[in-house]
Amino acid sequence: MSEQLLAQLINGLLIGCMYSLIAVGLTMIWGVMNIVNFAHADFLMIGMFTSFWLYTLYGVDPLLSIPVCGVLLFLLGWIIYKFVVSKVMTGPALAQVVVTFGVSIFIANAAVFLWSPDFRMIEKPLLQGSWIMGPVRLSIPKAVASIGSIAITLALFLFLRKTKTGKAILAVEMNRSSALLMGINTERVNALSFAIGSSLVGIAGAFLSMYYYIYPQVGGTFGLLSFCIVALGGFGSIEGAFIAGILIGIVQTLGGYYFDPAYKYAIVFALYLVTVWIRPQGLMGW
Amino acid sequence: MLEIKNASIGYKGGVLAVQDISFTVNKGEVVSLIGSNGAGKSTVLRAISGLLRLRTGEILLNGEALHAVPPYDIVRRGIALVPEGRQLFGRLSAIDNLLMGAYAIDSKQRTQETLETVLALFPRLAERKGQRAETLSGGEQQQLAIGRGLMSQPKLLMLDEPSLGIMPKLVSEIFETIQKVSKKGLTVLLVEQNVFEALHISDRAYVLQTGRIVLEGRGEELLKSDLVRQAYLGM
Repeated sequence: MSEQLLAQLINGLLIGCMYSLIAVGLTMIWGVMNIVNFAHADFLMIGMFTSFWLYTLYGVDPLLSIPVCGVLLFLLGWIIYKFVVSKVMTGPALAQVVVTFGVSIFIANAAVFLWSPDFRMIEKPLLQGSWIMGPVRLSIPKAVASIGSIAITLALFLFLRKTKTGKAILAVEMNRSSALLMGINTERVNALSFAIGSSLVGIAGAFLSMYYYIYPQVGGTFGLLSFCIVALGGFGSIEGAFIAGILIGIVQTLGGYYFDPAYKYAIVFALYLVTVWIRPQGLMGW
Repeated sequence: MLEIKNASIGYKGGVLAVQDISFTVNKGEVVSLIGSNGAGKSTVLRAISGLLRLRTGEILLNGEALHAVPPYDIVRRGIALVPEGRQLFGRLSAIDNLLMGAYAIDSKQRTQETLETVLALFPRLAERKGQRAETLSGGEQQQLAIGRGLMSQPKLLMLDEPSLGIMPKLVSEIFETIQKVSKKGLTVLLVEQNVFEALHISDRAYVLQTGRIVLEGRGEELLKSDLVRQAYLGM
């Protein structure tokens, strides 16, 4: 394997882990309440800006902003569910599609209004520079963000499989009326899942803010990619979203390397189209 | 123990599935609701569980109104439903399905004790406890569904068509189990299309036709009645 290829592969893996963390929250929300949260990537942007402002105004390093973003977006997710999404849960399907779309447009435009559409960066985060390992240069913030993303996805996985509340979330996902019969308050599980999904993407935002440009429309690309990852992995499947996220990251970087960076998204979406053509339920769907 | 008074139940925007029915279940009894497909039997059980709301009438449990309690609190009042078609959590293991049955019970020790009782009642489930529910056979799934219902330590166990889609050989096994748990003091409300088996194990039964109760009586009496023999037993 050529050294260049190895370097690209590692780069793809690193960005793929971030995609996974973003998509896992989205797929979980879909799995539990069959709602596509179009505002998901805007929550990512809020996470990034939270980290940016904490750094700029108070000198808080993005590393310390990670838990802050997690808690803040958890609360925001809960509020948005309670006051917006839950109102249309029993309404027509179109209302359910449109409502989160409205939230998305509102948040993105509010951000432009408040903070202008400028691109910003956190200039001197605690973590910067690269590790040089033979031929491979490994960006430290990217590596830390990716390892963190894997750890958090794993933690979510264990929470769902091992705790009573986690299993209740899975139970609602599998059979809502049976879950009610067991005594599970399904409305609360909805709110909790929405909050957890939002919290995960908020944490992803804090990670990304260590090395990525921060601007109000940053949700656009990430949003599109995360819908694609969720569908590719299988709607509702957390394992699927995790694997698909990493796969998309690698395909994107290798595609950009072998063909032309301008085509990298075209290659990603071609892969997506071919997969759902052969396997409409996605890689790990049911 | 359980009283249904002049209840009418309908699905959203549709006609009434059940009209003005009244019946009671006394403590320790096995009571059956029998009738053909679409007579409204399952609708009644779903309403008692709170999954459907009454249009009119009342449901009382030991004199307390049940029809305004949120569905997720019904099980905490001591009522468990084993739904039609089993409705298991397919991708959870058998043991996790049983543990979800005890979701409303906060004491780990009590859950563990009940789990042992249930596994003793269904030894097959003990052998398959790590297996995903969706990979079990029909009979095992029904045992799991009943076991899950028992895990909440109910005072009243409601079973909706427990013999549906099960090998004939296993059907009598299921009915024996129901008899076994009722002998231990559990009150049972049973909905069945398998009229013969159901009436055999019932103290009393009600016959439902197109949403109304047309006949009631002791199980053995109904087995001899002309209406039941002609309409449901084909004699």
